[in-house]
Amino acid sequence: MSAEQETRAVRCLVAKVGLDGHDRGAHVIARAFRDAGFEVVYSGLHRAPEEIVQAAVQEDVDVLGISILSGAHNTLVPKVIEGLKEYDAFEDTLVLVGGIIPDDDEAELKELGVAEVFGPGTPMEETIEFIRNNLPERA
Amino acid sequence: MGRSDATALSDGDAALVEDLLAGSHRALARVITRIENRAAGYRGIVAALHEHTGGADVIGITGAPGAGKSTLVDKLAAAYRDRGDTVGVVAVDPSSPYTGGAVLGDRIRMASNVGDMDVFFRSMSARGQLGGLSMATADAVKALDAFGKDAVIIETVGAGQNEVDVVRTADTVAVLVQPGSGDDVQTLKAGILEIGDVFVVNKADMDGAERTLAELEEMVHRRESPTKGLDGGHHGFEVPDHPDDGTDGDGEGDETVWTPDVLRTVANTGEGVAELIETFDAHATHLRESGAIESTKRRRYAEEIRTLVRSDVGALATAEIERRGGIDALADSVRRRETDPYSLAAEIVEPIADCVDDGEL
Repeated sequence: MSAEQETRAVRCLVAKVGLDGHDRGAHVIARAFRDAGFEVVYSGLHRAPEEIVQAAVQEDVDVLGISILSGAHNTLVPKVIEGLKEYDAFEDTLVLVGGIIPDDDEAELKELGVAEVFGPGTPMEETIEFIRNNLPERA
Repeated sequence: MGRSDATALSDGDAALVEDLLAGSHRALARVITRIENRAAGYRGIVAALHEHTGGADVIGITGAPGAGKSTLVDKLAAAYRDRGDTVGVVAVDPSSPYTGGAVLGDRIRMASNVGDMDVFFRSMSARGQLGGLSMATADAVKALDAFGKDAVIIETVGAGQNEVDVVRTADTVAVLVQPGSGDDVQTLKAGILEIGDVFVVNKADMDGAERTLAELEEMVHRRESPTKGLDGGHHGFEVPDHPDDGTDGDGEGDETVWTPDVLRTVANTGEGVAELIETFDAHATHLRESGAIESTKRRRYAEEIRTLVRSDVGALATAEIERRGGIDALADSVRRRETDPYSLAAEIVEPIADCVDDGEL
């Protein structure tokens, strides 16, 4: 008999990758996620893709939200996804991208395995709702 | 002792344990998640890991917000790695009691160990369980220990009983203080001071460091004196680390006394980090050689057993309350003066007590 109640929480990593010093958006998102009851790990600025992978794997997050405003998403996001696959962590991590992403690139990112791309002006509730509805199934 | 149903291991979980022991980071991360979630089967996992633990030096770092814990932990991890040791870190942050949400920011400071998977850093939040946090932390430390980490660091804000309980699951506890916190040092007296094996004045390049060092030194030495007078010994002012009379081997409280060191560090530059690790090592050696490690571990496991049993028996009682119509109905009957809380509690516990008396439980 297991007496305790399960205390599952949604865990998210909010990540800033590459040479991009704009983290206001990431901060706002992190707070909104916290207020939605999520546990948010914030990566800090200027992280290399390997660091993001390291953090996502070790923290065993359900959601990886990558914020990129530098335009380097086509280089950085594939590296992160490759890394996740290397550690067998891609399948059950919901990968989201936020920032300025042109439509053509958005299609490409989704092709790679990004679940959704959220551009400027996306209401916070929409992102949170999306996460709640698309949480990866886990044993 | 055999495994009961509660610690039975499903095939999937057995594979998970195997993967963890084989060195899979993913499996380690997943096991810690299961522990944090109190997810079905986690007890079996922790039970299976237990025999593989005991190899790691477990160090607790605590101190007020802003004292520089995360930065120091980063530098400590790097220093351990430099000498070839692998490191696990469990960083505990508070969560909102209202939404359960939390921002776990300790990872931001982990800049010295980029891409080094042999530093396994994990953020945990309190998740509001009473007393559950120290259990979850201790279990997470076991997972890291079984994985084979040489050093495991627990980092937590020293803000309350919960945090004190967490840090007490470590073998060696370092309390961080920042300079110029004269009155803070006073407040340390309550609870935190007693658990420190090492006191660290971080940001020691700031004004007031010398004074804070002196205050801590004074406090550390004052703390030894009250009990010193009681054992009839005549140790004088300074207590040597290894008195030549030795110890008689059994009985608690007979171990040689460890006098907490007071050190200075500048975590930003890494100054004093090597000395701090030396002190951690010295304390670990002291624990082993004086035999104190055994009583420390006995005390900790006793506490773990008690907590588990209490929570399980509590669950039995809760089930019994449900059978009797639920807590609200019972409370109403007390309100209507049909019965009283004492009689009710006795009635509810009676079946459990009967089993204990019959030796059936």
